[in-house]
Amino acid sequence: MDFLLTDEQREIRDAVRRFAEEVIRPRAAQIDEQDAFPRDIVQKMGELGFLGIPVPERWGGVGADFVSYVLAIEEVAKVSATVAVILAVHTSLGLLPLVLHGTDEQKEAYLRDLASGRRLGAFALTEPQAGSDAAALRTRAVRDGGGYRINGRKVFITNGGEADLYLVFATLDPEAGRRGITAFLVESANPGLIIGKKERKMGLNGSSTTELMFEDCFVPEKARLGEEGGGFRIAMSLLDGGRIGIAAQSLGIAEGALELTLAYVKERRQFGREIGRFQGVQFILADRAAEVEAARLLVYRAAALRAKGMPCKKEAAMAKLYASDTAMRVTSDAVQLHGGYGYIKEYAVERYMRDAKVTQIYEGTNQIQRLVVAKHLLRSTQ
Amino acid sequence: MNIIVCMKQTFDTEERIVLENGKIKEDGVKFVINPYDEYAVEEAIRLKEQHGGQVTVITLGPTRAEEALRTALAMGADEGVIIDDPALFGDEYTASRVLAKAIEKHPYDIILCGNQAVDDGSGQVAVRVAELLGIPHIGTVTKLEVADGKVTAHRDAEGDVEIVEGRPPILVTAQQGLNEPRYPSLIGIRKANKKPLTRYTAAELGLDAGTASAKSEILETFLPKPKAGGRILQGDLAAQVKELVQALRTEEKVL
Repeated sequence: MDFLLTDEQREIRDAVRRFAEEVIRPRAAQIDEQDAFPRDIVQKMGELGFLGIPVPERWGGVGADFVSYVLAIEEVAKVSATVAVILAVHTSLGLLPLVLHGTDEQKEAYLRDLASGRRLGAFALTEPQAGSDAAALRTRAVRDGGGYRINGRKVFITNGGEADLYLVFATLDPEAGRRGITAFLVESANPGLIIGKKERKMGLNGSSTTELMFEDCFVPEKARLGEEGGGFRIAMSLLDGGRIGIAAQSLGIAEGALELTLAYVKERRQFGREIGRFQGVQFILADRAAEVEAARLLVYRAAALRAKGMPCKKEAAMAKLYASDTAMRVTSDAVQLHGGYGYIKEYAVERYMRDAKVTQIYEGTNQIQRLVVAKHLLRSTQ
Repeated sequence: MNIIVCMKQTFDTEERIVLENGKIKEDGVKFVINPYDEYAVEEAIRLKEQHGGQVTVITLGPTRAEEALRTALAMGADEGVIIDDPALFGDEYTASRVLAKAIEKHPYDIILCGNQAVDDGSGQVAVRVAELLGIPHIGTVTKLEVADGKVTAHRDAEGDVEIVEGRPPILVTAQQGLNEPRYPSLIGIRKANKKPLTRYTAAELGLDAGTASAKSEILETFLPKPKAGGRILQGDLAAQVKELVQALRTEEKVL
């Protein structure tokens, strides 16, 4: 058993860490406060290859493994959960579906641009009535001549309005349930795609979350990803990778908040000494640090399984729920240990706490993750 | 155009220096390319991009310094050379002799170096190398142009700018402001692992511990005194000057 990163993984992590520290960290508070999509940073990340880490070199990607990708999300999330989610959604849900299910023609048309950051990807599955129950989606696709016509509404679409390419899920036959669901690649320039209202969120400000409306949105046959009725299977094939990505984001948020808190308790003096010297504070720090380490092991192991193409559904669900619950606890304690200053926007930890909350909700709520884990447990004891 | 860059791996300037038994502790310290050398690497890659050619990066130092070479290769250098034979570690005299011997094994038109290293800060090695190789050098350069077989450099001359011309082969040292070094791309990092890295031993360079041994010796290493609160002198100017001179003589003992 080897718990060490390879040289290449370490080099990629260090390169992303340096960029995150020098370029993203100084901007993180401003991105949050102005709720402004950090286009320039996303563009720079594209130039440096951050937006195509697990994409084969022949399609213009870095050709690194899934673990390297997870390390990159973690490093970015340490300084900005917002930039991390832009990266994670683009890669896990924008790029990887094409890598896994795209035809060579589709890869040629989109993958090179996505991997180099010339185009940004997004994923449109969720609807007002179809969240955890994704198969209940109502967006309709109807065959029309040499293609399809899509009508319906999507909500909570990350990178909405900023992305150049949307992977859209619609049903060809509402009666058929999940077997009717089909995936389509829709370009932002398509006149039938209308960007709806931009949500104002508790956290992850600066990332764009919007409604999407499809009004007689025509796409040609070649825009279909996979088979007719194969959409649900495509969505499911992305779940593990998506969850591990969000688990890595959660881990980064927790680590970032813990680092800030450690620095603070060494500086802040009360009763004539640094508050980090009080045992009551030390116990909190030690517990949270141990949880972060446990989360790290879960995340890395799930990522290593995913990188080797081994089954990792249970491990991905565990990593996601544990890392995000840890992020919530760590950031809440980070605010607590900062005292009154923790509640004030001049100190970054309140942002980490707001950002952490959604990691327990999106990419499958932690309740759904627990169901997934329990299903595996009970099945294997039968 | 063949360009050689001499570089050194140094402490990250953000690191806190800790002494243990009179030596600087290296455990858990983050190392980086000496920032001045990073300007040199960037300039070399830009020259290559403009004029074509080959960039070779050379370092003398412990095996960990290979990481710094890899970073330079990831930025776009073509080939790395490391001399990590402890028999060849010494002072500036040693370093310049070793580097000159290593450089002689490679063709060059321009040698780029940092103006100084942020750790020892002697600023000696590059100019000594030029002397040993018998080539001219231009120091503390903030702008560099190569055209028509001529090198034109703007150099930082104590706050003024001096414009100096030279002809290759020539050695140039980089000053802050020369350029803004790029971040290595992730594709560059992966490619770097496939680029050639050569390792020279003392014997291969025709040197031994005797011929290259240090001419100077570090007697003591100590941290500066922690900063105490300043003191603002009061009273009329003549009295203040008198008090200042006295303080410098008796308290600080610098006069």
